[in-house]
Amino acid sequence: MDATRSGEPTSMGSNAAAERTSERELVVTRTVNGPARLVFEAWTRAELFERWWAPKSFPISLLSCEMDVRAGGGYRLVFGYEGATMEFFGRYLEVTPHSRLAWTNDEGDGETITTVTFEETGGRTHVVVHDLYPSKEALDDAVASGSTSGMPESLAQLDELLVTLGTSGGS
Amino acid sequence: MRWCILNRMVQYSSSLLDASFAALSDPTRRGVLEQLGRADASITDLAQTFHMTLTGMRKHVGVLEQAELVKTEKVGRVRTCRLGPRRLEQERAWIEWYRRLWDARFDELDNVVDELKRKETLDGRNEIG
Repeated sequence: MDATRSGEPTSMGSNAAAERTSERELVVTRTVNGPARLVFEAWTRAELFERWWAPKSFPISLLSCEMDVRAGGGYRLVFGYEGATMEFFGRYLEVTPHSRLAWTNDEGDGETITTVTFEETGGRTHVVVHDLYPSKEALDDAVASGSTSGMPESLAQLDELLVTLGTSGGS
Repeated sequence: MRWCILNRMVQYSSSLLDASFAALSDPTRRGVLEQLGRADASITDLAQTFHMTLTGMRKHVGVLEQAELVKTEKVGRVRTCRLGPRRLEQERAWIEWYRRLWDARFDELDNVVDELKRKETLDGRNEIG
């Protein structure tokens, strides 16, 4: 942990950490400068959630966000990226105010379960986001999808480049 | 709310814009990688799966091998293919991309929480006043 504990109250000295902790698990951690009650609120009220879930520095936008935050309640997020839309949906498995949230991710094959815990110490909240994939293969595919199916446009450009190179080629 | 699908739409880490893209630009070769992600296979198996000649598949595997995405080993008359060392690099790059996404999210979450804190302080004052 290299999270900075001192400094300005609004300091963002801590970085998120991400790790594949097992064949089926991904974990992200970060400390937020605020009480668990408010952090939990930002995760569970749609009008707050939609302000941070699709960060401005990423080329995606959250077009709509419906959340029925209670055990058994559903959610549906619609994202936009360069004219295309993509839906993410599932249901909440557990909603324990200020300490724990769990939901299913039903848009893909198999069921990935996300669990988020909020632990408050001295006015700051340690957040742990835990993704449990249905199998090793499912997480491997998720990782591979970023590189093997990624960036169709870049790949198309590369194809063109390869055609050009191919004509001058010969090995 | 999972990122394996969304990240297909999002520009991927520029660190991967290197020679390995040449290998990944072909749909058959991407298919071979996915296949090898499930299990090791011989060139003959792969040729059958992708309805290709042995020569054609050997060429594809050769390109993947040069990019270190696939490793092959000949035992007797059979050449077995498995995912190569670059796969681990890809995993690290992907996890770093995922971490940066969460970093950006948490930075904006900080702003939302700060605003809630300020609002609470103001409301508190109003109640007292």
